[in-house]
Amino acid sequence: MGTTIGAELAEQATRALDDAAGVAVLRAVEDGAFPAAAWDALGALGLGVALVPEDRGGAGLGFLDIVPVLEALGRAGAPVPLAESIGAGALLSAAGIEVPDGVLTFAAAGAPVPWGRHATHVALVDGARVALYPAAALRWTHGTNTAREARDIPTPVAPMAEGTMPNAWGAEAAMLVTALLRSAQIAGAMQGALALAVDHANTRKQFGRPIGRFQAVQQQLAVFAAETSAVSVAAAAAARAADRRGLAGAAFEIGCAKVTAGEAAAKGAAIAHQVLAAMGITEEHSLHHLTRRLWSWREEGGTERFWSARLGALVQGTPGPLWTFITDRDEEPAA
Amino acid sequence: MTGLRFDLRDPPPGAAALRAEVRAFIAEHEHGWAPEVRARSWMGFDRDFTRAVGARGWIGMCWPTEYGGAERSFLDRNIVLEEMLAAGAPVGAHWIGDRQSGPLILRLGTEAQRQKFLPKITTGDYAFCIGLSEPDSGSDLASLRTRADRVDGGWVLNGRKIWTTFGHLCDWMIALVRTSPAPEGGSRHQGLSQVLVDLKAPGVTIRPIHDLVGEKGFNEITFDDVQLPEDALVGQEGAGWAQATSELAFERSGPDRYMSSHPLLEAGIAALRDDPAAATTLGRQVARLWTLRSMSTAVAGMLQDGADPVRQAALVKDLGNDFEQALPDRMRDVIDTDAMPEEMRRMHAYLTQIVPTFSLRGGTREIMRGIIARELGLR
Ligand SMILES: Cc1cc2nc3c(=O)[nH]c(=O)nc-3n(C[C@H](O)[C@H](O)[C@H](O)COP(=O)(O)OP(=O)(O)OC[C@H]3O[C@@H](n4cnc5c(N)ncnc54)[C@H](O)[C@@H]3O)c2cc1C
Repeated sequence: MGTTIGAELAEQATRALDDAAGVAVLRAVEDGAFPAAAWDALGALGLGVALVPEDRGGAGLGFLDIVPVLEALGRAGAPVPLAESIGAGALLSAAGIEVPDGVLTFAAAGAPVPWGRHATHVALVDGARVALYPAAALRWTHGTNTAREARDIPTPVAPMAEGTMPNAWGAEAAMLVTALLRSAQIAGAMQGALALAVDHANTRKQFGRPIGRFQAVQQQLAVFAAETSAVSVAAAAAARAADRRGLAGAAFEIGCAKVTAGEAAAKGAAIAHQVLAAMGITEEHSLHHLTRRLWSWREEGGTERFWSARLGALVQGTPGPLWTFITDRDEEPAA
Repeated sequence: MTGLRFDLRDPPPGAAALRAEVRAFIAEHEHGWAPEVRARSWMGFDRDFTRAVGARGWIGMCWPTEYGGAERSFLDRNIVLEEMLAAGAPVGAHWIGDRQSGPLILRLGTEAQRQKFLPKITTGDYAFCIGLSEPDSGSDLASLRTRADRVDGGWVLNGRKIWTTFGHLCDWMIALVRTSPAPEGGSRHQGLSQVLVDLKAPGVTIRPIHDLVGEKGFNEITFDDVQLPEDALVGQEGAGWAQATSELAFERSGPDRYMSSHPLLEAGIAALRDDPAAATTLGRQVARLWTLRSMSTAVAGMLQDGADPVRQAALVKDLGNDFEQALPDRMRDVIDTDAMPEEMRRMHAYLTQIVPTFSLRGGTREIMRGIIARELGLR
């Protein structure tokens, strides 16, 4: 899903993740360590400034380009804060702030900061105001989400730089970026969990045959696969809208993607655990690193309930048919 | 899992203008459509409406002009389909011919067959029905027993098809039949062929079957020594299974697999504009609709590229059927049926009875999921 450049980048990211990440790294991360080797391997790809315009020293890519990278990260359980760095770089440069090197992260003011304690710099976004801090200057209260990923609360000090987001990004940019990143990562984590479940179904034998030969198991995994495809398509379509209309203008699409992702995450995680049964519940098996992230990421950037209520109110308040509203958002490519 | 890959597609150039044209056309015709007509959607048969659609060039619009087509893209066609479904237009008289019978004849038919059938499909003069299911062969289609035996100058057809939608109103059927016995110990998929059957031919008996709503929707069609000409055969003798399977990519790929209940969603939103308690449920439906549309448009793009998206079509059909099937109950979650405005209540009543068919027609939910499971390497 996505662009040619995106597919190439995802391939490189996947290779780096295969080499430098894995279950041991996820365990260490969940114990509070920073995966320096994995970060260096991915950092070498220069993806941190993926969304920063070229004239500001970045790669000048769009959200759609990086969806495959985010999926690759998600498949690996996002062992490094690359999505956060990409998002922070985008927000900072949109606000006219020079993007520093290193491990970046961001959050809406008041929300826990993903990987905060491990970052070198943090962007906190209060409405349209973006403030950049050296992470070491902030006092941190450590916390984690259900996946035991660092979600830390900073006590702000004076920022090292400040800027204002353009209108096209709007006052909700931090939440919208989070929703978009997490939707694509959910697609990836579902791909990863699906692969584990299919592999288990083909190898685990009961009643003299692989459990994947039982139709009840096949049908469940088919549902899982369908939901996984849906999230992937939704995340890419939302990213495309964000590239074309700016984040604020793509709030509808991003919300639709996040609802789809959140609903699918719950279904996928449940099916994966049903198929892997007791083995999947163990600490030792890698499945839970993915399913706990699915449950956690659906909470971030707006839940299904949050976005559904918004989308519903939006269409209720828009005169004329829903169908007109949806098709009016189509964009014909420039001739 | 390459069979499950989807690539986003943009609307084709001129999409907005085409959409506006179709909307204006529908606005001229929709006055007479009762709520039940809209709820029936592509299961509504109205030959006059179909002729009017044909006159606008919107049937067989991707086909070459020499056969009455307009050489438009699949993505243009997709726009026309979406608009018709969004309005609940009674498109049943041309839906099958446009969606699968015509494309099959175009791809595999002889020049004479193309000239005979395609132009008449585009005008609405020939309506087609699907002759797959038999009394003892539903999901296990390859077990079918209807036979066409070679005779001097053609074939003689014997057997029975069932659940044939609009068989009593159509002119032609493309039937999947056995033309030679399955080889001993070989695959049952061998020896099947597709034949064109004139439904007015002697020996064809059509018995309508009333459905649970009380309407004549589908039929049992018996063939008693029906004489078929030599050129009744479509494509290759014995290759019917492969032909019918790729035809299913067309049958399952379109927006008709998630939009069948769309007019009810519109009615629900219109009725609940001022009800904040309904927002979350409505929003969830909207999000799902939007995602399905992105997926379905991707499949249309694959057809445009000449790809064979059989698996993607099965996947979108399965997800789409779940969505369109659940809509009447989702509406009940936010408004009591007796509080619904009259129009909505009638659509709701009709759809409540008919939505179980959505995950049956065109192949059942279990069969769709079996196709996906095969792609996953589980069977
Ligand atoms: C409204 C409507 C219109 C239709 N129009 C047409 C038409 O125009 N032309 C035509 O040819 N047919 C038509 N059909 C028939 C349709 O294609 C069949 O209903 C469908 O293929 C299922 O066949 P069946 O009804 O015989 O059910 P069966 O195949 O007997 O299936 C019964 C149940 O068993 C399940 N099942 C069967 N085999 C398996 C398996 N291997 N694994 C798991 N579960 C299985 C099915 O999923 C289903 O739930 C129509 C059906 C409907 C409802």
